[in-house]
Amino acid sequence: MAKHVVAPVGELPPGSRKLVEIGARRIVVFNTGGEFFALSDRCPHEGGSLFHGKVMGLVESSEPGEYRYTRAGEMVKCPWHGWEFDLRTGRSQCDPRLRVRSYATGVVHGCDLAKDVPAAETFPVRVEDDYVVVEA
Amino acid sequence: MHAIDCDVHPTIPGMSALLPYLDPFWRESVVEREISSLESISYPVNAPITARPDWKNASGRAAVTADEIGATVFGRWGADAAILNCLYGVQLVFNEDMANAFARALNDYIVHEFLERDARLRASIVLPVQNVEMAVAELERCAADKRFVQVLLLAMGESPLGRRMYWPIYEAAQRHGLPIGIHAGSNYRNPVTSLGWPTYYAEDYAAQSLGFQSQVASLVCEGVFVKYPQLKVVLLESGVSWLPGFMWRLSKFWRGVRMETPWIDRSPFDIVRDHVRLTVQPYDGPDDLAAIEKSIDHFQSDDMLLFASDFPHWQFDGDETMPRGIPERLHRKIRVDNPLATYSRLAALAQPAGS
Repeated sequence: MAKHVVAPVGELPPGSRKLVEIGARRIVVFNTGGEFFALSDRCPHEGGSLFHGKVMGLVESSEPGEYRYTRAGEMVKCPWHGWEFDLRTGRSQCDPRLRVRSYATGVVHGCDLAKDVPAAETFPVRVEDDYVVVEA
Repeated sequence: MHAIDCDVHPTIPGMSALLPYLDPFWRESVVEREISSLESISYPVNAPITARPDWKNASGRAAVTADEIGATVFGRWGADAAILNCLYGVQLVFNEDMANAFARALNDYIVHEFLERDARLRASIVLPVQNVEMAVAELERCAADKRFVQVLLLAMGESPLGRRMYWPIYEAAQRHGLPIGIHAGSNYRNPVTSLGWPTYYAEDYAAQSLGFQSQVASLVCEGVFVKYPQLKVVLLESGVSWLPGFMWRLSKFWRGVRMETPWIDRSPFDIVRDHVRLTVQPYDGPDDLAAIEKSIDHFQSDDMLLFASDFPHWQFDGDETMPRGIPERLHRKIRVDNPLATYSRLAALAQPAGS
């Protein structure tokens, strides 16, 4: 697992997402309420692009008519067939045996970025900024 | 044990037969208004399917008495018990009070004319479903008699059966250990297809399976089996082979819109495998016997099919009660084990005599 810089924090405000390519992998980085989550862009069901999916909360229920809504912004719904995935774990809600690959994320201060951390795309690293990194 | 026949139809000769079981007001109403019969066009009296020719008595009807049923179902085929599902048009009546009076009379008639005359007979409680409160009261009244082993509803009614207004019926049924039997038939409040009225009887009969599909979808999606986890539903004379294809479809679409029904936390097909049973007559399959076996494999369960002759409906010729092509290894389960597992009130049948 190597760390890859994917964006300055300022470019990924809460509620936004960014699609990055790390080697041959397409990875989506989501910012939900200041937390960063990274998932493979490819839905494990039929390959839809999760980058284009709607981010939603989780609704659960223990009996008909009950809607227990939690974790706003922590689920992504594939735009092709509507399968929901947990941004934290990549787990499918309708078929928990299935997961989309998820990656650890972090925020690193520019001055702490070692010179050998590769960037997913080219942008200048400034020591006074924070950067989102993905371990992939 | 040899077999439990889960779908047998007693024929009601006419409203005059129910008169002794009606209270004075309704008895006089039936006479005065000349209400002679409640036959429904689901099974027209003279339609070939309604009574196999060689089972008709001198009056041209079949299964009118306990003896007529017993001679074939027990005597000829050797069943140990049979469940009577009486199809008489009480569910079609618009007047709720009349429906209630007629359903009560019908259930009492079944007790006295059938259950009292042959100890091997069991029956489903016919519910005046036009009014849910009355339906529950009738369920409670009849459930005291353990020979009633199921409640009976029609495949096509006023609203999908999963709707919450029907839940009191399911609560009472679960509490009494009574499965919900849903039989082919309509109260004709709605056309038998969602497209409108078809022209021919074959269309009406074939469309029943579409009604069953929608009922299964409604019961699953509305969460009836989440609310009543012990409840079983038996599809009677529903046909069989359509179910896996429909469940694949429903399960697939559930995955995409799961958040509409968050109480459904597993595949609808899995829920149906646990809660829904089907009687094996008629079995709609291809002529190729190997293909029939394959169609059974699609259920991915050996627990769902229940033996039934559908007597006296004309589904087969001769004595071929078990549809051809159903693998031998399943016959015992279908004839005995699955019915016993479905109908908790039949469990006593499995006990050796005298124990």
